[in-house]
Amino acid sequence: MNAPRKLKVATASLAGCFGCHMSFLDIDERLLDLLELIEFDRTPLTDIKHVGANGPVDIGIIEGGVCNAENVHVLRDFRANCKILISLGACSVNGGLPAQRNHLDLRDILKAVYSTDTGLASGTQVPNDAELPLTLNMVHPLHEVVKIDYFIPGCPPSGDAIWKFLTDLLAGQTPHLGHGLIHYD
Amino acid sequence: MIDASQVINSVLERHGRDGTRLMQILRETQESLNWLSPETITAIAAGVGWPRAKVEGTAGFYSFFHTQPRGKYRVLWSDNITDRMLGNMDLMQAMCKQLWLEPGHLSEDGLVSVETTSCTGLCDQGPAVLVNYRAIPRMTAERVEQMAELIRKEIPVADWPAEWFVIEDNIRRADILLGCVMAPGEALKVSLARGAEAAVEMASNERSWREAVHSADPGPSVTLDEIKKSGLRGRGGAGFTTGLKWEACRNAPTTGENATRYVICNADEGEPGTFKDRVLLTRQPDLVFEGMTVAAYVIGASKGYVYLRGEYRYLLEPLNALLARRREQSLLGKNILGRAGFDFDIEVHLGAGAYICGEESALIESLEGKRGVPRNRPPYPVTHGFLNQPTVVNNVETFAAAAMIAGRGGDWYRSFGTAKSAGTKILSISGDCERPGIYEYPFGVSVRQVLEECGAKNTQAVQISGPSGICIAPKEFDRRIAFEDIPTAGAFMVFDQSRDIFEVVRNFMHFFAHESCGFCTPCRVGTTLLKNLMDKIAAGHGTQYDLKEIHQLNSVLQISAHCGLGHTACNPLVHTLERFRPAYERRLKSLDFEPAFDLDAALSQARQMTGRDDADAHLSNELETVSEKA
Amino acid sequence: MMSDTFNIDGQEIPFTPGQSVMQAALTAGVFIPHLCYHPEFRPHGSCKLCTVKVNGRPASSCTLPAAAGMEVESNTPEILDKRRSLLQMLLVEGNHFCPSCEKSGNCQLQALGYELEVFTPHFNQFYPNRPVDASHPDILLDLNRCILCELCIRASAEVDGKNVFSLSGRGITKHLIVNAESGKLGDTDFALTDKAAQVCPVGVILPKRIGFAVPIGQRHYDAAPFSAHVDEFKPTAASQGERS
Repeated sequence: MNAPRKLKVATASLAGCFGCHMSFLDIDERLLDLLELIEFDRTPLTDIKHVGANGPVDIGIIEGGVCNAENVHVLRDFRANCKILISLGACSVNGGLPAQRNHLDLRDILKAVYSTDTGLASGTQVPNDAELPLTLNMVHPLHEVVKIDYFIPGCPPSGDAIWKFLTDLLAGQTPHLGHGLIHYD
Repeated sequence: MIDASQVINSVLERHGRDGTRLMQILRETQESLNWLSPETITAIAAGVGWPRAKVEGTAGFYSFFHTQPRGKYRVLWSDNITDRMLGNMDLMQAMCKQLWLEPGHLSEDGLVSVETTSCTGLCDQGPAVLVNYRAIPRMTAERVEQMAELIRKEIPVADWPAEWFVIEDNIRRADILLGCVMAPGEALKVSLARGAEAAVEMASNERSWREAVHSADPGPSVTLDEIKKSGLRGRGGAGFTTGLKWEACRNAPTTGENATRYVICNADEGEPGTFKDRVLLTRQPDLVFEGMTVAAYVIGASKGYVYLRGEYRYLLEPLNALLARRREQSLLGKNILGRAGFDFDIEVHLGAGAYICGEESALIESLEGKRGVPRNRPPYPVTHGFLNQPTVVNNVETFAAAAMIAGRGGDWYRSFGTAKSAGTKILSISGDCERPGIYEYPFGVSVRQVLEECGAKNTQAVQISGPSGICIAPKEFDRRIAFEDIPTAGAFMVFDQSRDIFEVVRNFMHFFAHESCGFCTPCRVGTTLLKNLMDKIAAGHGTQYDLKEIHQLNSVLQISAHCGLGHTACNPLVHTLERFRPAYERRLKSLDFEPAFDLDAALSQARQMTGRDDADAHLSNELETVSEKA
Repeated sequence: MMSDTFNIDGQEIPFTPGQSVMQAALTAGVFIPHLCYHPEFRPHGSCKLCTVKVNGRPASSCTLPAAAGMEVESNTPEILDKRRSLLQMLLVEGNHFCPSCEKSGNCQLQALGYELEVFTPHFNQFYPNRPVDASHPDILLDLNRCILCELCIRASAEVDGKNVFSLSGRGITKHLIVNAESGKLGDTDFALTDKAAQVCPVGVILPKRIGFAVPIGQRHYDAAPFSAHVDEFKPTAASQGERS
């Protein structure tokens, strides 16, 4: 008897705070159970730079919304290389905290932050190094940029919610979070 | 310098400081003061004894009321699809260029603004504009230039060339209604005589009859019988049987101190592509007023209102003059035609740019000085209408037909049309045809015959009864205009093979989003989502995923919208996706998903601020299947 | 017929004449989702979350008079699907950022989202630019969260007799306004003790200087889901009988 192939999982944080990743780690010792079923591709824990570099990924999990050009590239990489893509946490689901800037004009924000705010050295300018990713006019949730298969809301979703969702999914069931596990806050 | 408080006071006095007359108070105040400042709103609220926020709420609902300062000139381009087909967008751009401004923004000197408005009912003589709410049809590049010049020189609109303001009737085919020659008062006299005859008969067999309202006079009842016999159905589109509506209202009890019944003529002809009420009110206004008076006689009403859309402001003075003449002729006022106790008068109220007020309960709300939001039903207006009293609301054309029926008899009227659709229907024809204008046909006429007679060639599609109606393809041109087949309020817009049906529908979706009253969630949010989806597809970013979204939104609106606007808002999409699907598909990406917004454009502000334009400062909207950034 | 009843999803519901389908259902302990409904006020019918099918035809259960023999479908997959879409419309229309909202856990919009298992706003966010009015000494008015249920308008007019709130604009630009020339809540006679300060189902009208007095996780809808609070929504004398 061959053990079933382990599912390959990749994760990334875009315009988020890594809180959802921390919450993921909050499943504690169940991580060991999970590792019986999955192996990690690109995550902040591994040193794999490019999602799917070692073959197709089964499940991609993304925390955070899309706030700059680099976010768009990473998200698209995930979409292109993951069979299932999960939007994890408030920022990825509806923009969350970073999207609180959306009612402001980006130009005003950049001006304030880099040139007119008190305390800045005179003559400072908006950085224009080609290495830096450009900021989008607005922050967007993931599903406005690529197709997303599943959403886990919460800021962050609890370790229990993530565990329940993933174990449902790994068991081949449509994931459900009952009362107490589904949260927007 | 105009003294604002003096203006406000005299307007308030003229309307008896009555809050239910708020629409007229706001309009007349604005006509003098140019806009409704916060101070003006406060003064009016105090004057009518209403909470200030309620007055502000009414002012804020209607497109033609201004709670922000506006220029001395406001040019509104009618933006129906027929105006677009006649080139209104290019002309508007040219006008903006000549006046150095952006559409929708006040010029820097505060003199003028240029923007679009929903269909102004001049589709047979477009492109049309409203300048300070005065209608001007047949715009041309030359006229745009002259107009810009007059604006720059600050010549008052009243001194502009008179021929610009001439509105044509364009009656191409008249039948019994448009061809009707009846002396003012004839229908009323016949009705009263019919009643006298019945009274003699009744006295002879001493039956008390089924009289509820005027127990002594059987006239109303026998006139109602003629209306019922005629089979007349409402001409506003829904086709409710007029006799039954009048009977229900007549039987409904009045309540309270000022117990009475009301007759309301719905002349809020806002459905894009419709303009027959404008022509009826120009050519047969006596018949319309007479029909209202007949209705008043039947139901026992003491007051009538014509709710005239703000776009037809120019009809106000002629209609008021005619009402004065009818009062002199004893066709309105106290003891009409010498009949003791037959008291009825009519007043014309103007709307202020809100399509939803064509819905009868929203119209009543507006007539009461409120935001034009459709009421919860039941109860219906026939029992609880204007000021909570029993109220009949009928279309302009219905009243004109009712007057004819009262004068000539129900059997006579019944002999025209089809089994379930008695009489004639007036069509407003516009779009791709040689002779746009007004056509009156007996019910049952085929679409094909109409198309032939208006000179339509290579017709690709016909939109019947406006955006909320139906869009049909050539294989259906043998269908008939009748309640049994295609019911219509009268709009008949023709599109030939050169037209892009997708753009037609996109124009309609913008219309619905603009005109949603915002009361219920599905219509308020759903119409905007639909508009955005259509814009996304138009920009070349649409996919099959977006078409699926359209179907989902349609099903949500169908099941949960509060009124007809929401229920029908998806009709253009559903009808054309059935019949003209390639018009959508040729714009779609082969992918099944595209971003909701233009990714590269979303970097525009950062590019501007950093001055960058390198490859990494751009994003492709296409999904990168192989990443170059390992 | 001995006693008047109708049927919701197979369950017989008794009613008294004049009751709406919603009122009869709630009285019988059957939950129908709602946001603009409030037991102390006349039905409004704007949020449409209470949409049901009656004898196959759609209707708002809060405004529909109950009638004997009605067959009402409520918790069917089709209707739940539409209710989810309606809730998602409300979520994208405003700026609903629960983690920073003091109403979180006590919010009906949020609780209904949990109830219906709405994992995502699904549609594209509108991110409207809406004001926060902190001009009143005791009350914060955050219009980012307004779902236009008009409960505060009704409460202020009908109970408080103050008419502090109204609506302006139309369609997607419709918005709450206050009864002051300045447009500021601080210039009205609004008070923390007003009924209108108690009825907001979301986090628009909030008392100042109260934050996390009750920890997240111990709030109203944390203990039990929205549907389990059905007793709180049973109609009162004030809302029953008269309908206009």
